[in-house]
Amino acid sequence: MTQIEDLKEIRNLMEKSSRFLSLSGMSGIIAGIAALLGAAYAWWFISNIEMLNYAVNPILILFIDALVIFIIALFAGVYFSWRKAIKQGVPFWGKTSKRLLINFLIPLVTGGIFCLFLIYHGYYLMIIPATLIFYGLALVNASKFTYADTYYFGLSEIILGLLASFFNGYGIWFWGIGFGVLHILYGIVIYFKYDYGVANK
Amino acid sequence: MELPINKFNKAFENRIRLGVMSILMVNDWVDFGTLKEMLDLTDGNLASHIKALEAEQYIEINKRFINKKPNTSYRATFLGRNAFKEHLNVLENIIKQNE
Repeated sequence: MTQIEDLKEIRNLMEKSSRFLSLSGMSGIIAGIAALLGAAYAWWFISNIEMLNYAVNPILILFIDALVIFIIALFAGVYFSWRKAIKQGVPFWGKTSKRLLINFLIPLVTGGIFCLFLIYHGYYLMIIPATLIFYGLALVNASKFTYADTYYFGLSEIILGLLASFFNGYGIWFWGIGFGVLHILYGIVIYFKYDYGVANK
Repeated sequence: MELPINKFNKAFENRIRLGVMSILMVNDWVDFGTLKEMLDLTDGNLASHIKALEAEQYIEINKRFINKKPNTSYRATFLGRNAFKEHLNVLENIIKQNE
């Protein structure tokens, strides 16, 4: 029936023109694995901190640990999404990806600066909850400009962050679940829902 | 009761016009090149359909220069948005009646 085809075409064009649909599931999986390894290292470091007797500031070590994870996740995110965009024949750096990035970065950068102030004032236990909450808010905000599934991913991060704010001291576990396990789950969902089809077309 | 088919909007009979409106419904200003790319059309083909939508006052036009190159953008008007929504309702009704 032509009316059904019309509606399908309308829906397709609306999605294609307003959402960035080249995010790759593989990026999420790799970011999640990197986060788990990073969290494992941080956990090992903290539990052996007296034995190790480092000359450098332990906060600096943890900061470098986090930075390495962030760079791996960022590169994986850009690389696999860029490849997917080529396969789909859509621009990687276009109107939709710019809009997605801006809406993602506003809560995220706010959260980043907020965390720096937490460090400055010495509220170390609130850093992990804050990173989870602001990351979740960034995902919810970005979800309007990419896969709708991102919305639930963001909500889960916010809930985890709130739990972590209450159960202070278990931060590393919440962090591992939020940035490790949830990323891997989200990556697998995206991979099978959207990437698998593209790869086999 | 008036049959929905009677209200079928002639302006949207064409797939390309329907496509242009679909894109403009969910975006603010969209330029000619983006529309062309999204709908996979030639310049002339797209231009004629845009003219038709413009004649109905369903879209408005903004011409400007970016780096000395002319750039034309389009936006759905209030009238166009309502007409498109109405058209979607008609499509839905036809599908429901055929079920």
